[in-house]
Amino acid sequence: MKFLKIAKKIPSSPALFLGLLAVFFLSLTVGSAPVPVLTGLFDWLTGQPGIPALVMGEIRLPRTLLALSVGAALGLSGAALQGLLRNPLADPSLTGASQGAALGAASVFYFALLPGLGVFAPLLAGLIGAGLTLLLTLWLAGPGRPALLLLAGLAIASLSGAALAAVLNFAPNPFAMQELVFWLLGSVSERGMAHLAFLLPALVIGSLLIWWQRPLLAALSLGEQVATSLGLNVQRGGRVIVFGAAILVGAAVATAGNIGFVGLIAPHLARPLAQNRPDRLLLPAAAIGATLVLLADITVRLMPPGREVRLGVLTALIGAPLFIRLIWKMRREWL
Amino acid sequence: MALIETRNLTLKNRLDSVSFTAEPGEMLAVIGPNGAGKSSLLQCLAGLLHAESGRHLPQEGGVFLNGTPLRAFKPTDRARQIGFLPQFCDSAWTLAVEEIVALGRLPWHDRDEAAIRQAMRETGIEGMAQKNINQLSGGEQARVWLARVLAGAPCLILADEPVASLDLYYQARIMDVLRQHASGEGCVILAIHDLALAARYCDRFCLLKQGRVHAFGPSETVLTEAALSDAFGVPIHVDLNHSPPIILPA
Repeated sequence: MKFLKIAKKIPSSPALFLGLLAVFFLSLTVGSAPVPVLTGLFDWLTGQPGIPALVMGEIRLPRTLLALSVGAALGLSGAALQGLLRNPLADPSLTGASQGAALGAASVFYFALLPGLGVFAPLLAGLIGAGLTLLLTLWLAGPGRPALLLLAGLAIASLSGAALAAVLNFAPNPFAMQELVFWLLGSVSERGMAHLAFLLPALVIGSLLIWWQRPLLAALSLGEQVATSLGLNVQRGGRVIVFGAAILVGAAVATAGNIGFVGLIAPHLARPLAQNRPDRLLLPAAAIGATLVLLADITVRLMPPGREVRLGVLTALIGAPLFIRLIWKMRREWL
Repeated sequence: MALIETRNLTLKNRLDSVSFTAEPGEMLAVIGPNGAGKSSLLQCLAGLLHAESGRHLPQEGGVFLNGTPLRAFKPTDRARQIGFLPQFCDSAWTLAVEEIVALGRLPWHDRDEAAIRQAMRETGIEGMAQKNINQLSGGEQARVWLARVLAGAPCLILADEPVASLDLYYQARIMDVLRQHASGEGCVILAIHDLALAARYCDRFCLLKQGRVHAFGPSETVLTEAALSDAFGVPIHVDLNHSPPIILPA
């Protein structure tokens, strides 16, 4: 992989975050109308009225920050779960959290639950859905090995997937169904600072929980027995990591719908930059996740106007072949 | 005082009233047939399995480190004193040798380069510090896993079959390093199948059979034809006067 060979020679973290910053500003400049970025930002920050301030403050900045936060949340949770499960093919959706969040949010659309909360209703329901599926997964996996989480998560994810399908099946009218499906396909457009105000605390709490367990992630490289013998509590720490990842994924899915494969691919791309160490992987994976989602969202905006390609569709279209390539590479290594 | 002591250590279906002590400066071999409870015993000593105390002495049973019940230790304090080398080691990620050895410092919450260097020097893997673990042979890897344990500077090393599947050269290298550790204040307890190798390196022996201590003591009392033949269920020829000692199925 030429990209990785080049990447190895660059001092990784600064380059990574500079790249993220560049993509961040690129995202602020891309849109249907040309707007002076810095003037707009300055006007918005100083509270001056005008079109540039409005476009920046109400549309591009929330959208950009949201894409960044969603990507970081997915990349970070993917890195944490892969480290915990000692499996480079583990994906955040394997905790069942993303399906649970989708189910929770979809139920709000369908049953018009929590009407008093307005825009926050699907977000809160998504987080509750993620939390409930996670509890079910943890209960099913029992106190045993983290590896069993993978199967338990898959089972609970299938269950919430089935419930979600039922919600879609009995949608009251075609428009409600269309709205649901489009929401599920994932997007960071048409959202405002309110969504960000919901996502950011979740991002901080989830990240801190995972950050706290870095020694466990490092020790788990050598297996659960060695980690325990090194004085670490694998069972409790594992739950903290899963809980943190579920908060990240739940909040990300609740705000932006399903953005597939970022949680799987971002840690994979970040691994060579962290010398394969699972504890050092967290920040690079978050940065790469954020960069990927920002780039994907910029691509969405650059597509010709008309029927918009959904962000989740684009990441899946790019991510799935990368996933296949990853498995192909692993197969060659084993043969 | 004994460094580590077990009193009526019992683990359902695996260990039955196991009692013994190990002193500083000692290398103790845990021997016995497959399924005799060697690995379970080492895992109990490492605090990985929680054993029930013996029925008759409920207040006194269990594992004691320097006279204190092992369960009373905080996990990090226990990990600073006891290093555990499992029977099967692997790394989920292709880490550099140095990074793996550095993991041994986790209980100390530091990255003591001097301790890491010394552990690599003792095991003779200094030259491979930057290599990835999957580039090494099985024998080289075995030394890396051992260096990881040594880097934590534990006084007690528990090694579960550290020389299984290694060639003669690496068997001797690993046993030399363990013997070195057990020469001062340190202590090594290892499970081992190669009885002749055990007789050559170890001070005392704990012969297990079906979870019970069948014989315990120096080679003259444990490595006898009668005790070994009984424990393993095959006639065994023993010649401890030969150098190195010979222990083979007759």
